[in-house]
Amino acid sequence: MAPRPRQARRRSAVSTRVAIVDYGMGNIWSVQNALAEVGAQSELVAAPERLGEFDKIILPGVGAFGDAMRLLREAGMQRALEEKARQGMPVLGVCLGMQLMCRSSTENGSHQGLGWIDAEVIALEPAQGVKIPHMGWNTVRFAKPSPLTEGIADGTDFYFVHGYQVVCKDPADVLGTCEHGQRVTAMLAHGNLFAAQFHPEKSQRGGLQMLKNFVERV
Amino acid sequence: MLKKRLIAALIIREGAVVQSVRFKHTNAIHYDPVHAIECFNKWAVDEIVILNVSREAASREGFAGVVKRISRKCFVPLSVGGWITDRDYARGLLNAGADKLVVNTILADDPPLVQALSRRFGRQCIVASVDAKRNESGKVEVVVDRASRPTGADPAGWARRAVELGAGEIFFNSVDHDGARRGYDLETLGRICAAVEVPVIAFGGVFSWEHLVEGIQAGADAVAAANIFHYTEHATMKAKRHLAQAGVAVRSEGQRA
Repeated sequence: MAPRPRQARRRSAVSTRVAIVDYGMGNIWSVQNALAEVGAQSELVAAPERLGEFDKIILPGVGAFGDAMRLLREAGMQRALEEKARQGMPVLGVCLGMQLMCRSSTENGSHQGLGWIDAEVIALEPAQGVKIPHMGWNTVRFAKPSPLTEGIADGTDFYFVHGYQVVCKDPADVLGTCEHGQRVTAMLAHGNLFAAQFHPEKSQRGGLQMLKNFVERV
Repeated sequence: MLKKRLIAALIIREGAVVQSVRFKHTNAIHYDPVHAIECFNKWAVDEIVILNVSREAASREGFAGVVKRISRKCFVPLSVGGWITDRDYARGLLNAGADKLVVNTILADDPPLVQALSRRFGRQCIVASVDAKRNESGKVEVVVDRASRPTGADPAGWARRAVELGAGEIFFNSVDHDGARRGYDLETLGRICAAVEVPVIAFGGVFSWEHLVEGIQAGADAVAAANIFHYTEHATMKAKRHLAQAGVAVRSEGQRA
């Protein structure tokens, strides 16, 4: 039988399975609803040994950095995530999930992160006319091309809610920025690792396109 | 820079979207709230607030079901409120897909619960709903429990106290302006905005797009309306275009069909 590569490719995109890491931090159902909207198959995964059944991982999260790392560690999820990330499985960190990918955070003390990105998480600096936490729709400027942002106009608004920010040691890791009294890292891309400080699942068209890109193009 | 937000509010009673006039809810607008959400989503509204105004506590489970159905199609932040009187129900609403909890009566009746919810789910998750009403002596005071109980409290002080208890946002409404079609209670709104550091959402009384501009000028970070958005095709888009033309920084998406 003659091979039909085009159709095979399409089928593989549709059958991509996404694990949404479920470790007790935040509104993960929204992420799942958004993935369903863009036609992706996803599951909430709390058991670390199950990550191997999936093609891609989304690490969501709302809440405090220290609590989140403790929950990941206690569930055995930290080690499982590290293994998959090292093997090259695409991972998308969202909000706190993006911060967890960094080396450390100063939120309520000093905490070690997953350390995949050479970056620190520090408090957003209060500035004139700017409220902390940074909450609402803000314009994101893309810093470099990436499959994650294909089909999304530079300068699209995304929905942010955060009081801490990621500061990268290597500017090449920054995929997007926004302005909130200072330049804030809005997106990261480093090899198979991707992240957004904003909530793509709550950022309507642009956010849904980003999730679709993560499923189909990354 | 951060944009000013345009918020669509849905007032729900026994599962249907209703019109609100001075906190009385009679006319059903859409039978199904999911239909309304699909329109708002298509028109790229920035955020959605849904409030259960039923007087029956038994409405709680049905409302959680509405939240669940709405959240499947809601890809902007979703705030929900009404009958949040215990932690389990609050968690249930979040599990149903809500992003923020709108609390009103427990600010008066159970402040420790507000603190506990804020600690557990984060400040960004708690929206303090402050309803004001002019009393017989002409003073504007806070009312709670679907505006049935006056507290004697000044709205600005009440909002400040709500922030101290752990609220990350204020949702201000005026019983006198609700459904009265003469714009927001700008004086009280301005006093609340001056009293707190957190974002303030203005609600109650919008009948022209210029009323939205007035709310922003009074200091609000976000402007909300309900009734007016239900009767006009592409309503929120027209509203956003008007805000943009008045020089208000709004999200570019949703200004054009």
